[in-house]
Amino acid sequence: MTAAIEIRDLCKCFGELEVLKGIDFEVAEGEVVCVIGPSGSGKSTLLRCVNRLEEATSGTILIEGEDMTDPDADVDRLRTRIGMVFQQFNLFPHLSVLKNLTIAQTKVLKRSQKEAEEVARAVLERVGLSDKVDEYPIRLSGGQQQRVAIARSLAMNPDMMLFDEPTSALDPELVGEVLDVMRKLAEEGMTMMVVTHEMSFAEEVADRVVFMDDGVVVEEGPPSVVLKDPQTERARRFLRMVRDK
Amino acid sequence: MYALGVIVVALAIALGDWERIAFNFFNLEVMADMFPEVLTIAARNTILYTLMSFGIGLVGALALALMKLSSIAPYRAFAIGYIELFRGLPALITLILIGFGIPIAFDIRIPGGRVGAGVLGLSIVAAAYMAETIRAGIEAVPRGQSEAARSLGMSANRTMFTIVLPQAFRIVIPPLTNEMVLLIKDTSLFFVLGTTPLTKELTKFARDFMVEIRNATPLTVAALVYLAITLPLTWLVRRLEKKAAMSR
Repeated sequence: MTAAIEIRDLCKCFGELEVLKGIDFEVAEGEVVCVIGPSGSGKSTLLRCVNRLEEATSGTILIEGEDMTDPDADVDRLRTRIGMVFQQFNLFPHLSVLKNLTIAQTKVLKRSQKEAEEVARAVLERVGLSDKVDEYPIRLSGGQQQRVAIARSLAMNPDMMLFDEPTSALDPELVGEVLDVMRKLAEEGMTMMVVTHEMSFAEEVADRVVFMDDGVVVEEGPPSVVLKDPQTERARRFLRMVRDK
Repeated sequence: MYALGVIVVALAIALGDWERIAFNFFNLEVMADMFPEVLTIAARNTILYTLMSFGIGLVGALALALMKLSSIAPYRAFAIGYIELFRGLPALITLILIGFGIPIAFDIRIPGGRVGAGVLGLSIVAAAYMAETIRAGIEAVPRGQSEAARSLGMSANRTMFTIVLPQAFRIVIPPLTNEMVLLIKDTSLFFVLGTTPLTKELTKFARDFMVEIRNATPLTVAALVYLAITLPLTWLVRRLEKKAAMSR
C-alpha cells in the first residue's frame, strides 16, 4: 500500500545552517505519528516541508505516491488533501467563523455556498462549536480558536492532518479541549502527523513516536518503547528533562 | 515666560488696526458676494478633483506595492524607481510635465483637457506616496495568515486578494486618510494648468475673486472652507487610530 506521507533523504538548510540532515520516514494511511524532540531539533521544519510551506533543499516527499517536491507539482491541489493546524491558530480575523470555514471550500474546491455551509456546520459540530458559527475569531478563547482552526482544515475533507505544536500557545486549562478533539480524530482513523510536547497525549494516542534531535531522527518506534524505554542516551536525557518539568 | 506671552498679545490688540483688518479679511459684503459659487463650483471642484486623484492613485499605488513585493526583480526595480522619482519631485513639476511637457513633446492631448491632466498628474504623485503605505500594510499582516491560506490550497494571488489585502487595508485606512488630506491641499496646484470659470477650485477661485475686488476676504473664506473639509477628516483619522489601538 502507498504510504500517506513518504519522506526520503530530506535535507533543509537555512543559509549555512543545516536544519534537517537526511530524514527518512513514512506515515501510513490511518497512522498517528507524534514527532517529539528539543526545540531547534527541526521537527516543525520537517512538518512544514511536508506541505511545502518550506522548500526542501534536497530529498523527496511523496504524498500518497505523488511527488510534492517536484518543481512542476500542482502544490495547491496536493495541499487540499493535507490539513494543517498551526501553533498560533492563524484564523482569518476579518472573517466570521462560518466564512473562515467556507472560503477555501468555495474558492478552491468550487463547492456551492450552500454545500460549503452545510459542511462547515457539520465539522463545527464535530469540534463542539456549533454555537459559534457567526462569531468572529477575536471573541473566542484560544482553545476555541484552535478547534475552529481544526474544523477549517477538516472542512476540506483532507486525507491527512499535520499539527504543528497545536497546544503550545494555549493556557494550560485550555489544552485538554483541543487534545480531546485530536484524540477523537485519531479514533476515527485520520492520518495524523503531530509535532508536540504533550508526552501523555503521544503516549496514549500515537501509533508511533519519532524522536528528533539536531536535524536527524534519533529513535522511532511504538510509544511504549520510545517514551518508556528509550534506547539512546539523547532520548533518555530529553525525556528526563521533559518529565521533570 | 507666561507674562511675556500676555504682553505680546496685549501689544497686538493695542496696536492692531482692527477696522482695517475686519474690512479686508472679514468683509461680510464680500463674503455674501462669493456665495453660492464658492460652494457650488469651487468647493465642489476641489472635492471632485481630490476624489478622482485619490481613486486613480489608489489603484496605481496597489499595483506599485504588489510590484515592490514581487519576486520578479524588474518589477521591483520599476516600483522603486517610480516611487523614489515621484516622491522626490515637487508635485508642481509633475503637473506641468503632464499638462504641458508630454502634450508638447508628443503632440497629444490628455483626455479630459486641463482637468484631466491635473487629475492624472496628481494621481501619479499620490500613487507614489500611497504605494509605500500599502506595502507597509501588507507586510504588517502576520505571515501565518498567508501560510494558513496557502495550506488550504489557495493560490498565491487568491491568498493576496482574499486574505492579506482586506486585512492590510484595514491597517492603512488612517494613513490613507491622511494622504487624502494632503491631496485636498495639492489640488490648489491645478491653477498652473489654466482654468475656466467652471473648473476653478477653491484656491484659484479665491485668488481671482481677491484680485478682482481688491480685498483679501476671499482668502479667509477659502481657508474656512478648506478647514470645513479637512478637519472632519483629520478628526476621523484620530478616531480610527484610537479604535485600531484599542482592538490590539
